[in-house]
Amino acid sequence: MPVHDRSLRLLRGAALTLIVLFFMFPIFWIAVMSLQTNSQILSLPPKLVFSPTLSNYIALITGRLSTSVGQLNIAFMHNLFNSFLLSSCSVVLALILGVPAAYAFARFKFRLGEDMAFTLLSLKFAPPLLVLLPLSLEFQQIGLDNTYAGLIWIYQLITLPLILWIVRGYFEDVSPDIENAYRVDGHSWFRGFVKIAIPLAGPGIAAAGLLSFIFAWNNFIFALVLASGSKQPVTVGALAFVTASGIQYGQIAAAVVLSIIPTFAIALYAQRWLVEGLSLGAVKG
Amino acid sequence: MSALSVSGLSVRFGTHEVLRDVALDVAPSERVVLFGPSGVGKTVMLRAIAGLEPNARGRVLLQGRDVSDAAPEARHIGVAFQNFALYPHMSARENIASPLRAQKRDAAEIARRVDAVAELLRIGHVLDHAPRALSNGQKQRTALARALVGEPRLILFDDPLRNVDAKLRYEMRIELPRLLAARETASVYVTQDFREAMAMGERVAVLLDGTIVQCAPAAEVYDNPATIAVARLFGDPPMNLIPARGVAAGGGCRVNVAGLAFGFAAASPAEPVFGVRPEAVTLHDVGSPGRVPARVLAVTPMNERQIVLLRLADGTELVASEAAAPAATELHVGIAPGAGTLFDAASGLAVATSPVAEEVSA
Repeated sequence: MPVHDRSLRLLRGAALTLIVLFFMFPIFWIAVMSLQTNSQILSLPPKLVFSPTLSNYIALITGRLSTSVGQLNIAFMHNLFNSFLLSSCSVVLALILGVPAAYAFARFKFRLGEDMAFTLLSLKFAPPLLVLLPLSLEFQQIGLDNTYAGLIWIYQLITLPLILWIVRGYFEDVSPDIENAYRVDGHSWFRGFVKIAIPLAGPGIAAAGLLSFIFAWNNFIFALVLASGSKQPVTVGALAFVTASGIQYGQIAAAVVLSIIPTFAIALYAQRWLVEGLSLGAVKG
Repeated sequence: MSALSVSGLSVRFGTHEVLRDVALDVAPSERVVLFGPSGVGKTVMLRAIAGLEPNARGRVLLQGRDVSDAAPEARHIGVAFQNFALYPHMSARENIASPLRAQKRDAAEIARRVDAVAELLRIGHVLDHAPRALSNGQKQRTALARALVGEPRLILFDDPLRNVDAKLRYEMRIELPRLLAARETASVYVTQDFREAMAMGERVAVLLDGTIVQCAPAAEVYDNPATIAVARLFGDPPMNLIPARGVAAGGGCRVNVAGLAFGFAAASPAEPVFGVRPEAVTLHDVGSPGRVPARVLAVTPMNERQIVLLRLADGTELVASEAAAPAATELHVGIAPGAGTLFDAASGLAVATSPVAEEVSA
């Protein structure tokens, strides 16, 4: 039934367009805003035709913000660097800790195993404010307050449960017989873990790493309470644009665009890993 | 020295005892088939021999070397898994080379030996393909090549032909024994198909209820099953099992089966059961002593043979396997001389074989 097919395809196209518009428009609008001055942004009705300016980006990159009351120094580029450092270190640490743990939870049944795994997951349900006050007091005492190490440690609350649970599922999908076969061939258990289990769970590890990177990057509350000044990531740093002389919408928009770029680039790069179904056709059930 | 000697092997999962004090000996270059219904623990036993079963207790000796506590990588045996278990991210060549890499052979030797075994199994042309690009038959052969390439003294086959098509299955049934014999490799082969067991094994070990109930040459398991359960499992159509009446006679007993009488050289059990293979049931147009009248209920063709379902005068149903379908529906049934096994229904055990046909007395 070609007529039926065509109308169905049209409907699907319309629905997809709607969804894309719904999700992409705010991003598009932010990008447009980032090329306008504050007065252009605040004019009513909003203009779609305007002479674009790069002043917002220049202000961010040079770190000098001119407002109606004078010059203001901002450390946006340093914030961006902090975000990058904190997120990537957190993900690397979470992978080092989480991937072997996920393997253990997937392969071995041990006492309290499920309870431990669930406790780790429950860290994701808990409201951050629940732990923040005692944490900030403790961190002050042991000297981890306002340090990269302290923040990376606390970011494990975000990244570790995510990696543990996603990667565990991927390890469970790898047939134990494949690893058994490798051991029977004469390879040690550890070699099998490195050469068989990890490559086969690779797409899952990449996906989990990417997701937890984004979650860490977007974190606001931990960094707000536990970091000040030089250790702040972009999410907290953007607060600097709420100045005494008003909110700098143009700079905020430019900051948002700049802070999206790294996660966007990583997502694009990791995409080929995410779609690669390595396990296909390996096992006949 | 045995290629494999298993003794006192027990495997328990929680309260469920899968294997109970199992013993098995495999001579060098001998092919032993582990036969049993699905879920009986054949694969568990294979895993225990390979060192992959953490719940296994007992002794496993390979060429006299005690490996009971050795890790799988220290046992130097080949295993062909039922689901192939190929490494999906490696080419067929790398899959096959894996045991040689573990032995740290040099590149030239690895290439030479992989090529040789691939040639033998006729997969030389697909060595550079990933497993997902191989047909089921090629996957199967790749898995076999991997098990063979390290030249282990013992190879375990876990129902390797279950997932391949019928044509390949017949090919491999002929090819595999030849291959193993040429390499003087001992093997334990798991299957639940009695034809495969007959084709692959010099000896067949029947695993039932957690223990090996019979371990004998395939023909002997077929002709003289050790228990009623083995008689039911081994053979298609299975052995006829007919309740009988027994009386002591001379040094042995005399058993009456549906109007026929047989003398066995053993005391009659309380509840005798007479077992006879369908091939040993003979059909005749005319009656004579040693034959009873019967009626044909159904005829089903099966692999060149005709399976004939008969009902005897006293209501007993009997299956015969004939070269051609009988012309008449009313005929006479006899038992081939010397055929038949006497079982004890209470213990399930075979009591005696090789009966002598006797005159039926009133």
